[in-house]
Amino acid sequence: MSAEAATEPAQTAGAVGAVATQAELRADRRVRRRRALLPYLLLAPGIAWLIVFFVVPMWSIISTSVEEGDMDTGFVLTWRWANFGDVWTNWREQIIRSLEYSLMCTLFCLVLALPLAYFIAFKAGRWKNLLMALVIAPFFTSYLIRTLAWKTILADDGWVMHVLTTLHITPLLSGMGWTYSDNSVLQTPFSVVCGMVYNFLPFTVLPIYTAMEKIDPRLHEAGQDLYASAWATFRKVTFPLALPGIVGGTLLTFIPAVGDYTNAVMLGGPKTKVIGTVIEQQMIGTGGNLPYGAALSVMLMLGTLVITLAYIKRAGTEEIV
Amino acid sequence: MSKNTDTLAAGSVAGDLRLVNVTKRFGDFTAVNDLTLTIPQGSFFALLGASGCGKTTTLRMVSGLEEPTAGRVLIGEGDITRLRPYKRPVNTVFQNYALFPHLTVAENIAFGLKRRGVKDVKQPVQDMLDLIELSHIGSRKPNQLSGGQQQRVALGRALINRPRVLLLDEPLGALDLKLRRQMQIELKRIQTEVGLTFVHVTHDQEEAMTMADTIAVMNHGRIEQLGSPTDLYENPKTTFVANFLGQSNLLPGKAVGTVGGDGEHVQVTLDDGTRVLVPSARNCAVGEQIIVGVRPEKMSIHASAAEVPAGRNVLAPGLVTDTSFVGVSTQYLVKAAGSEEIGVFVQNDGAQIFRPGTEVVVSWDPSQGFGLDGRQDIDAGAEADLEAAS
Repeated sequence: MSAEAATEPAQTAGAVGAVATQAELRADRRVRRRRALLPYLLLAPGIAWLIVFFVVPMWSIISTSVEEGDMDTGFVLTWRWANFGDVWTNWREQIIRSLEYSLMCTLFCLVLALPLAYFIAFKAGRWKNLLMALVIAPFFTSYLIRTLAWKTILADDGWVMHVLTTLHITPLLSGMGWTYSDNSVLQTPFSVVCGMVYNFLPFTVLPIYTAMEKIDPRLHEAGQDLYASAWATFRKVTFPLALPGIVGGTLLTFIPAVGDYTNAVMLGGPKTKVIGTVIEQQMIGTGGNLPYGAALSVMLMLGTLVITLAYIKRAGTEEIV
Repeated sequence: MSKNTDTLAAGSVAGDLRLVNVTKRFGDFTAVNDLTLTIPQGSFFALLGASGCGKTTTLRMVSGLEEPTAGRVLIGEGDITRLRPYKRPVNTVFQNYALFPHLTVAENIAFGLKRRGVKDVKQPVQDMLDLIELSHIGSRKPNQLSGGQQQRVALGRALINRPRVLLLDEPLGALDLKLRRQMQIELKRIQTEVGLTFVHVTHDQEEAMTMADTIAVMNHGRIEQLGSPTDLYENPKTTFVANFLGQSNLLPGKAVGTVGGDGEHVQVTLDDGTRVLVPSARNCAVGEQIIVGVRPEKMSIHASAAEVPAGRNVLAPGLVTDTSFVGVSTQYLVKAAGSEEIGVFVQNDGAQIFRPGTEVVVSWDPSQGFGLDGRQDIDAGAEADLEAAS
């Protein structure tokens, strides 16, 4: 296009114009080179940000994970891949427990979030915004304080415990191995998962709500008109249309939940140690083995990545009709 | 699926759709007021009215998406008033189609059959795609279709269930004029072909007249008048119908007596003193107050009173205030008889065209006029028509 523009004056100006055309072509090439560069210039801040805050830390953690040494003499990069085998042998239990807790948390969050988001999106009417504000409201308080509050809520003499005992649910919980005695739920997987569900629920609700809010309510009427009961309409119309939000919401819950150890530390006990607890111990606590901490981190990251990719692939290609 | 549904949905048991004293209130607002209506099986029935007249609410009560405050809805002898929408042998073509965006055209059409537990839907879906002439795009998603195609999918999705009654809620509202005309003909063809009862809600009087066997004109939650398109157009019973369905020249006056054998005509003195005749058979006025109505195309325009054939009603003198040439006809606005402007449509068969400002005489055959009760609002329905047209 620009080449045409350059030859045009040459034709009109004749022989004298030929020199000008050469100069113009050179100028034109310069402009084009600059234009080709422009996207990269625009990307530069983003790339710099990625390098500083993603690539460098990533490299740091990966290289640390294959170092050897101790706190006193320092750690040296020896490409000791055996670190990974060591941490798997030592903390396999915690790794599996982390996955269990976060899967449970994601599942419970989903079960709670689906009806909640559905209600707010379709039934709440003018209360919609207020209810959404309430869902987000806990974020105005510190994560730690909120989690600590659950210690009081789930305390042995608290009302939750009272209700659970009265309804004879406590034996059920201990029977399933979620608690260790009939008189207390604190310092058990139950209390840890309770805290996690509470803390991560908004992350599940928000994307599901956003997806549902976009669904035309008339599609529900169409479903009912076409012989689908409310439940069938939900399964065949609402759910598939909200699926992108459901996938997003569960991922936003699952990924941080795997690495979370605040709930395990504050609401759990010695038997509820998760991989996050171990990493913290190794990296900055009493464990004092940086390579082990790093190896665990890399393992956690890769594990989450694999699970996430598999999940997206499955949800994306699922036959939803 | 309950047994109830199956027996009701099962098909061709004779059954008219009946609404008996149906009322629907939303808070203080009465959307439908004590409506009683019988829609014969197999007919193409139109509910015509301006927005807010209760026609869509009536439709939704038939589909079950709205529950009547009082009254009953029946199909044949079966009372469906309290039946859940998904258990009714009734399907709807929604105003904006409400197609399922995550399903293909074929899956949309199969939806109803699958929910009713029909195992092999392939053949019926293919037949329906053929009927709506979309076989070539059965695997597309709704958002890849044009408006007209979406409209046909919505129709096919409802029709495939062979409902006892098919409800159409302003089905052509979102289409452009040309496509609308085409779909009107197509809808009529499909209705004739499948022989189902179609109940069609619209604010477009032309659409209603083109397709329906019977039209019910609704206003303020009641039926103003019910009849065939010709009947409604030729013999409106209220000013609302006269103004809403087509155009009418309405001239207020007083009935002063009858003339002719057996009182064949009512003699009317218009407000400016002009005397005109109205056929007694087409007079709905009970008291002395009467409104004489004449359709614009039934009026003639003349250069002078001498040219008017004998026996016609005459308004003179008149002044042409506007002339619009629209091809098939010329439409005049004439100020005459102390009335508001009178519309006169003259076929362009070589007649003289009068310019604005010309003095003229307007006449019509007495048999072409109709008489309405003079105590009504003479402009009722006129604004509604404008609103609906915009």
